[in-house]
Amino acid sequence: MENLFTWGGGMWGGIGLAVLQILALVVILLVCIAFLLLFDRKVWAAVQLRKGPNVVGPFGLLQSFADLIKFVLKEVIIPAGANKTVFLLAPVITLTLALVGWAVIPVAPGWVIANLNVGVLYLFAISSLGVYGIIMGGWASNSKYPFLGGLRSAAQMVSYEVSIGFVIVSVLLLVGSLNLSDVVNNQAGGIWKWHAFAFPTIFVMFPMFVIFFISALAETNRPPFDLPEAESELVAGYQVEYSSSPYLMFMIGEYVSIVLMCAMLTLLFFGGWHMPVPIPGVEGLPEWLLSLGGLLVFMVKTAFFFFLFAMVKAIVPRYRYDQLMRLGWKIFLPTSLVAVVIVAAYVTFTKARAAGREHRIRTRLDALQGR
Amino acid sequence: MALIAFYILSTIVVLSALFVVAARNPVHSVLWLILAFFTSAGLLVLIGAEFLAMLLVVVYVGAVAVLFLFVVMMLDIDFTELKQGFQNYLVVGVLVALALLAEIGIVAAAATFGGGAQFNASPGAATNAEALSQVLYTDYLLLFQMSGIVLLVAMMGAIVLTLRSRPSVKRQNIAEQTGRKRKDAVELKDVRPGQGI
Repeated sequence: MENLFTWGGGMWGGIGLAVLQILALVVILLVCIAFLLLFDRKVWAAVQLRKGPNVVGPFGLLQSFADLIKFVLKEVIIPAGANKTVFLLAPVITLTLALVGWAVIPVAPGWVIANLNVGVLYLFAISSLGVYGIIMGGWASNSKYPFLGGLRSAAQMVSYEVSIGFVIVSVLLLVGSLNLSDVVNNQAGGIWKWHAFAFPTIFVMFPMFVIFFISALAETNRPPFDLPEAESELVAGYQVEYSSSPYLMFMIGEYVSIVLMCAMLTLLFFGGWHMPVPIPGVEGLPEWLLSLGGLLVFMVKTAFFFFLFAMVKAIVPRYRYDQLMRLGWKIFLPTSLVAVVIVAAYVTFTKARAAGREHRIRTRLDALQGR
Repeated sequence: MALIAFYILSTIVVLSALFVVAARNPVHSVLWLILAFFTSAGLLVLIGAEFLAMLLVVVYVGAVAVLFLFVVMMLDIDFTELKQGFQNYLVVGVLVALALLAEIGIVAAAATFGGGAQFNASPGAATNAEALSQVLYTDYLLLFQMSGIVLLVAMMGAIVLTLRSRPSVKRQNIAEQTGRKRKDAVELKDVRPGQGI
């Protein structure tokens, strides 16, 4: 924080630099998401043996931009009975909260807007706020289906946050720090050091990774847990009354938070910017090149998880509501709780053993020195 | 810099707290309350207590206020009925408000004029989280665990109070469903022509 404000000619220089960093991140992120959206639709189409969008631009590459223009140019319709302020505030909140989470994501070594000491907790807090946009949108529409969608979403997101929290705790116990850069640095040195695969803890952490992945699907209202917008039951849930740019903001916000979840999976379990196999002699390269390479690795991993999200959307049928609640409360919560206990015990006893060995060595040294 | 941020944030906190009381629509009240919580978290970050700030957001904004909003949205509240008792409670309300104001004044005066020890959010540790855990799990372990048990008892009490066993409801038995084999479900009958089963 302090570096940010004192660097580059006092306070205003610091603020200007921070604004530039934020702008760069948001613009790059949104452009990436435009292509990821197309990728999502292409994967979905490929699974169903279709071609997907292929008209706008080569291979349909400009489809998302055409959609953007279409959304923005349409008329904003606000229902007569709607609570106008809250109705328009809801999509803004969804999009803002989704973008704000990216402030603590270290995309490459040292490339992070705010290197908070409580970065993981911040992400957890921000992702738990995402529910507000949906409830507010559902309530302010003053209509039955959006309201039901909002209520479903509130219950669903609160339920799955609990297991996400416990999974995060088990990772933090292994790392011993709440800082996301520390979490990534703890996994340096190859695929066998990544939290999902590190040897003695793989039996606990790999299932935890799976639980986190599934909970992330539920937290972002992705299929098979897209009950808040289940079209066969609720038309489009909380989005029924939305049109034009407000709807666009909901959709972008949803995709930004999906990619945020993919980034979290990468950082917490899959080694962040580290290569799967350490390349010898890479330390000699200039720092900016290393950072750029790290950014590339991070983006590839995040895109891989996005591919998994898209595949799940394509091949898994939607859950029923009671099955969703059962999965969250009766299976994920106890499992992750037990995992926290196991990981905590592992960390405590291995560290205790290490401390005991240190103590023995010190007493031996002391004896040698004749104390 | 920190001072400007403090004044902006505290103005927002005070104004949104005012609107919590003044808003006519209860849902708007809850939304203002959420803004007040969120901005107070910002104030905690300013004094260096970032762990507490995040806990405030996770617990109060992310969980408690969601349930608040949930309940308030589901209720169909009659506003005229709510406003009726206002005159009767006015005196008591003003007294409580005055007492609170006096308390805040005393604390503020003591902090400003009474030597003013510099506030340290994380004494004896590098981060706020470490400083908190060092006292929570050593000096105050008993109190900490006891408050956890009190919460557990409260939770179980709430479940016991609201749990009704309804034998008439048809429930799904997942284990039975997934354990079903073909031979339990399908039976092949060789039906001769002209005869029923």
